[in-house]
Amino acid sequence: MSKKRITLSQGGGGEETSSLIKELFFKYFKNETLLKMEDAAVLSLKSDKIAFTTDSFTVSPIFFNGGNIGKLAIAGTINDISMMGAKPLYLTCSFMIEEGFLYEDLERIVKSMSEELKVSGALIVAGDTKVVPKGSVDGLFINTSGIGEVLKDGISAHNLCDTDSIIVSNEVGNHGACILAKREDIELDIKLKSDCATLWPMIEALIEQGVEIKSLRDATRGGLSAVLNEWAETSNVTIEVDEDKIPVADEVKGICEMLGFEPYEFANEGTMILCVPKGEEAKALEVLQRFEKTKKASFIGKVTNRYENRVILNTPWGSSRYLELPKGELLPRIC
Amino acid sequence: MREMQTMPLDLIESFRNPKHIKALAQEIKKECKSKINIMEVCGGHTHTIMKYGLPQILPDLIEFIHGPGCPVCVMPKERIDHAIALASMDDTILATLGDMIRVPGSKTSLQKLRAEGRDVRSLYSPLDVIKIAKENPDKKVIFFAIGFETTTPMSAVLLEQTIKLGIKNLYFHINHVLVPEPVEAIVSGGDSKIDAFLGPSHVSVITGYGIFEPIVKKYKTPIVVAGFEPVDVMEAVLMTVRQFNENRVEVENQYKRAVSKEGNIKAQNLINRYMCKRDHFRWRGLGDIANSALKLRSEYAEFDAEIVFDEILPKEQIDDHKLCICGDILKGNAKPFDCKVFGKACTPNSPMGSCMVSSEGACAAYYKYGKFIGKGMR
Repeated sequence: MSKKRITLSQGGGGEETSSLIKELFFKYFKNETLLKMEDAAVLSLKSDKIAFTTDSFTVSPIFFNGGNIGKLAIAGTINDISMMGAKPLYLTCSFMIEEGFLYEDLERIVKSMSEELKVSGALIVAGDTKVVPKGSVDGLFINTSGIGEVLKDGISAHNLCDTDSIIVSNEVGNHGACILAKREDIELDIKLKSDCATLWPMIEALIEQGVEIKSLRDATRGGLSAVLNEWAETSNVTIEVDEDKIPVADEVKGICEMLGFEPYEFANEGTMILCVPKGEEAKALEVLQRFEKTKKASFIGKVTNRYENRVILNTPWGSSRYLELPKGELLPRIC
Repeated sequence: MREMQTMPLDLIESFRNPKHIKALAQEIKKECKSKINIMEVCGGHTHTIMKYGLPQILPDLIEFIHGPGCPVCVMPKERIDHAIALASMDDTILATLGDMIRVPGSKTSLQKLRAEGRDVRSLYSPLDVIKIAKENPDKKVIFFAIGFETTTPMSAVLLEQTIKLGIKNLYFHINHVLVPEPVEAIVSGGDSKIDAFLGPSHVSVITGYGIFEPIVKKYKTPIVVAGFEPVDVMEAVLMTVRQFNENRVEVENQYKRAVSKEGNIKAQNLINRYMCKRDHFRWRGLGDIANSALKLRSEYAEFDAEIVFDEILPKEQIDDHKLCICGDILKGNAKPFDCKVFGKACTPNSPMGSCMVSSEGACAAYYKYGKFIGKGMR
C-alpha cells in the first residue's frame, strides 16, 4: 500500500482541510482557545508589558539528529520571547506544505512540536495551513509567532559596559555542524546532535534566583560571533573572550578542521549568550549548570573599553585577533 | 553517502598546545639574530599565521611575506569567464570546489549565475561529479578543476573513473597549477626580498619535498616544508632561524608525519598518465609563468572542455583594476595595508584583486584577522 500524502485539496479550505486540522493539528495542539475555531484567538494577559516575535523556519534537511523543523519552530520562537525576559504564553503557527508531503512525516513533526511546547507550557492558539503545488516550497515551511509576559524588564543589547561578564550556556556550533554534515551527505562516525532546545526553564530559574541579567540572546544564525559583534556594536564596547574557555565539542572541531569553518560562526538552536555584571557570573553559572541542556555553561570573557565596537579573541599563547561577523555563504575551503 | 573519519583530536590539539607554542616563541626570540623575511608559499599557512596571531608572539626580526599559494586567488579572470560561459550553456551542470563560485569574473560570478537559475554546484569531493553525471544523462556536466598538486590527483582519479564507467557526458576544465614554477619565478625576479620559504605541506605530501632541492641550490634560499598547525609553523620558523645561524641552505622537512622526500609516487603517476604541463599559464597577480600549470593530455581531448567547447570560450586576457597591488603583495614587495583599496573598495564580498577572493588569500586573511592593532598589522 502506498503511503498517505498531503494533497492540494487539504489546503483548499473545504472539507479535506477541516479534517486535516481536526485529525492532526487539533489532536496534538488542542486547547480551549484553539478548539473554539474562531477567526482570531481572544486572549487575556495579566501583564501590560508583552514580548511579541515571529520567525519562519525553512531548514533543510527537515529531520536532523537532535530535532526537526517542527521542534525548531517551537523552540526558536519560544527562545526569542524568553530572551527578552518574558514568559512564553501563546503562539500562532502556519504551515506551508508542499503537495505530496508524507502524512506520517507531518505527524511526526506536529507531535514533536506538541512535546516541545510542554517544556515551556505555551499554547498554540491560532494556526493556518496552506498546501502549495509541488516545487513551490521545499517540503515544508513553518512560521510561528508568539507572545509572552515580560517578567524581567530591561534586558537589552544596549546594556553592556566595562567589566561586565560574558557567559555562554552550552557548547557552540553543534546545530550548524550537524546540519552541514547531513546536508552535504557526510557520514560521520560520531554522534553529533543539534543543540535544539527550549531555553525558557533556564531563564525562568535565573529570574527566580534573582540573577541580574543585562543582556541575553540566543546564538542562532551567525552563531556566537554574530551575537558578540551585534552587542559590541549596539553598546559601543569591546568584548574580549578567551578561546580556551569557549566550549566546543570535539566533533564540531573535527568538522571545522576538515571543511575550514569556525565553530563560532555556526548556528545554534538552544544555546544563549548572557551578559551579567562583574561578580554575578558564579551565581549565573550555578543556576545554568543545574540543567542538563546548559550544564556546560562557561564564563568566556568580559566587556572592556579598549576599542569601540570590537570583539577580540585571545588565544592561550598570548596573541589576539578580531572575531568578525561571518560573511557570505558558508563554503568549504578546498585544500 | 561519503564517509569521513573525524581527525583524531590529538592531531589537532597537540599541535595547538599553548605551552609548546610559547616555548617555541621563546626559543626563536633567543636564537634569532638578524632580520629574516620568510615567504609562506601556501595560503593555508597565511591563514594559520593570521588566525593564530603568530606575528604577535614572534620577534620583529621575523617577517612573513605571503605567497601565491591559494589556487582560487591566482586564477585569472579570463579563466573564471570560461567557467561562466560554460555554466551559461543550456542543459549544463557546472561543478567546482569551494569558494571558486564566489569569485567574480569580468562581468559576473558563478554564484550570481546560480541565483539566475543556472545549475552550478559546489562540491566537497570531486568524485561526487560521477554521481551528478550519472543522475543527469541528458545534461552536459562540466568539472571546473582547480588546485595545486594537492587536489590534482583527485581530478586524475575522476577522469580514470569516468573512462572506466563509460560516462560520456562529463567534461573537464583543468586549472591545476604547480608550486615550484611560481616560487622560482618569484625568487629569480631580482627585486625579491625573500630570505627563506615555508614550503607547502599538503602539496609536498604528493610531490615530496625533494622537488624543492633545485630551487634551494640555484637561488641559495632555504625552504622548510611545514605543517598547517601553529606549532608546525613556529617549529618551521625556528628551523629556518637555525639554518641562518649555522650557515646552512637546505630543504628541511618539519612536516615529517606526512611528507617524505619522494612523495606519493602512485598519485604522481596517476597525474602524469592523464595530464601534462601547459607551455604557459597566466597567473593572476604574477603574470605569465612557463610550465606552471597542467592540462589534459591530447589523447583525452574528448573529455577536455577547453577543446570541446572552444568556440564559446572567451579568449581575451583581463587584468585586475590598476589600483590593485596584488602582484606586489604576491612577490613580497607590499603588504595588504599598503593598498589604497584594501578594506574599502576591495572586500571579501566584492574583491577587486586576487588576494581578497579566498579565505586563504593574503588580503582576505588580513581583512578577517589582521586588523588587530599590533604586530599583525605591519
